[in-house]
Amino acid sequence: MKKKIQEAALTIPSFVWLLLFFLVPTLLVFVLAFRPPDPYGGIGPGWTTATIRDLARHPYWVIAWRTLWASAVTTAICLALALPSGYAVARASPRRRNLLLMMVIVPFWTSFLIRVFAWRSLLHPEGPVKKILVLLGLASPQTPLLYNNAAVILVMTYTFLPFAILPIYAAAEKFDFRLVEAARDLGARPLQAFRKVFLPGVRQGVVTAVLIVLIPALGSYVIPDLVGGPSSEMLGNKIAQRVFVDRNLPHASALSVVLILAVLAPLLAVLFRQRKKEKPEIILEEGG
Amino acid sequence: MRRSRLPFAVLAFVLVFFYLPILILVVNSFNASRFGSGWQGFSLRWYVRLFQEAEIWQAARNTLVIAVSVTLVSLVLGTTAALALHRFAKTRLQRLHYTFIYTPLVVPEILMGISLLMAFVSAGVPLGLTTIFLAHVTFCVSYVALVVLGRLQDFDDAVVEAAQDLGADWWTTARRVLLPMLAPGLAAGALLAFTLSVDDFVITFFVAGPGATTLPIRIYSMIKHGATPLINALSTLLLTLTFLTVGASQRLSKNKLFGGGS
Repeated sequence: MKKKIQEAALTIPSFVWLLLFFLVPTLLVFVLAFRPPDPYGGIGPGWTTATIRDLARHPYWVIAWRTLWASAVTTAICLALALPSGYAVARASPRRRNLLLMMVIVPFWTSFLIRVFAWRSLLHPEGPVKKILVLLGLASPQTPLLYNNAAVILVMTYTFLPFAILPIYAAAEKFDFRLVEAARDLGARPLQAFRKVFLPGVRQGVVTAVLIVLIPALGSYVIPDLVGGPSSEMLGNKIAQRVFVDRNLPHASALSVVLILAVLAPLLAVLFRQRKKEKPEIILEEGG
Repeated sequence: MRRSRLPFAVLAFVLVFFYLPILILVVNSFNASRFGSGWQGFSLRWYVRLFQEAEIWQAARNTLVIAVSVTLVSLVLGTTAALALHRFAKTRLQRLHYTFIYTPLVVPEILMGISLLMAFVSAGVPLGLTTIFLAHVTFCVSYVALVVLGRLQDFDDAVVEAAQDLGADWWTTARRVLLPMLAPGLAAGALLAFTLSVDDFVITFFVAGPGATTLPIRIYSMIKHGATPLINALSTLLLTLTFLTVGASQRLSKNKLFGGGS
């Protein structure tokens, strides 16, 4: 009995807080998608399916598709850079490893807005990157570096890459590198050993890295807003427009529901796969 | 056998990629040129201008007040949550509790921002510094809880039992055994909550309403309206502050911040 009271006392504060400020608001988004807006930017009385029908009529699928596509490309680039980086950090000597890890972590202690801003001035038409590219003959003075999809993907990669390196490093740290050496001794080329021995060995880290990049990328709003152009808008931008420009909260809710579903899909896919994978392994253990 | 150098080359490239933009920004903050296109001599004029911008300092004060109160409240909520999750790990309530703590971490910021905005508007709560505070606590609790929980799982529960066997009451055990052992975790959690609160833009922007301004909101509108050299100077100041904080916390917690290093 005393234990129950103790548990309740320790659980109630955070539980009630998250119930009130996380669960209820999230459910509210689904509810408000079926309410009409009032002319003052609030919620009107009654119920309607007009917002949902409106959603289907607008060419939102273009933006939804672009959101998925840009997020997937960002995730792929992050993975391509994070795998060798995580491998390199894990293989460094223990003293250098800590330093390298710090160096990966510190940039994401700095303000997110400032990092996006830094890229905005780098890619500026009169910024240093443009000048170097023109000097090397890789770009003409007219090539726009800013306000397009490539800039959005570049800055998203910059923002999310540390988050991809950390889980891959964490998995690589536990990986037995003698396996790679054994594969090399048996005649595997470096890339082969990397792909066939190291990659399966750090699979869990890769899955975490994918989710940790893909999910916030899908919800991106500031990056396409600051370095993207009108043709690189993502779902997040549309949600913000409905809130701040049109003052139409039900419409913003309906779009948020679309985003929630887009985020849930990869999460559920991973959960489902892991559950399926667990079973044969248990059977194997019992058999052996 | 010779190891492939490619992964190390990629890592070197990634680190240059990480630091170069920040470095150029810092250098440009001392550039006399207004547009940052080419070096026109060393100057501190943007720093001087920065100190004259009353709006920035007002925003900085709001940010600080919010961050300190958010840190205190989320530290209490997060620590009690971690204690509950650790001590009663197997109960059904704690499994639900854990889902509650964990889910906000995987929800994109914009969704949290919009849902909180909907909640405040529906409940008729006026938007302002208070709603920013409520929103920040909501996402900080999870981080604090997980950092403290990690610390709790690291140490030996037998120590607590030993203290109780030796006759220490609940309060003495908490104060003399639990608290000193938890201190690094609490410090790391507090630092994380503080940093997250100071840095948050997206959620803050949604729940701030027209009147309340925090530093990130101010920076955002400066970026939008092209006050480039001033942001360079402000960024450099903030970066210095960040690096000092990280340095100090490293000293204090001896690399325990991210669990990895030891």
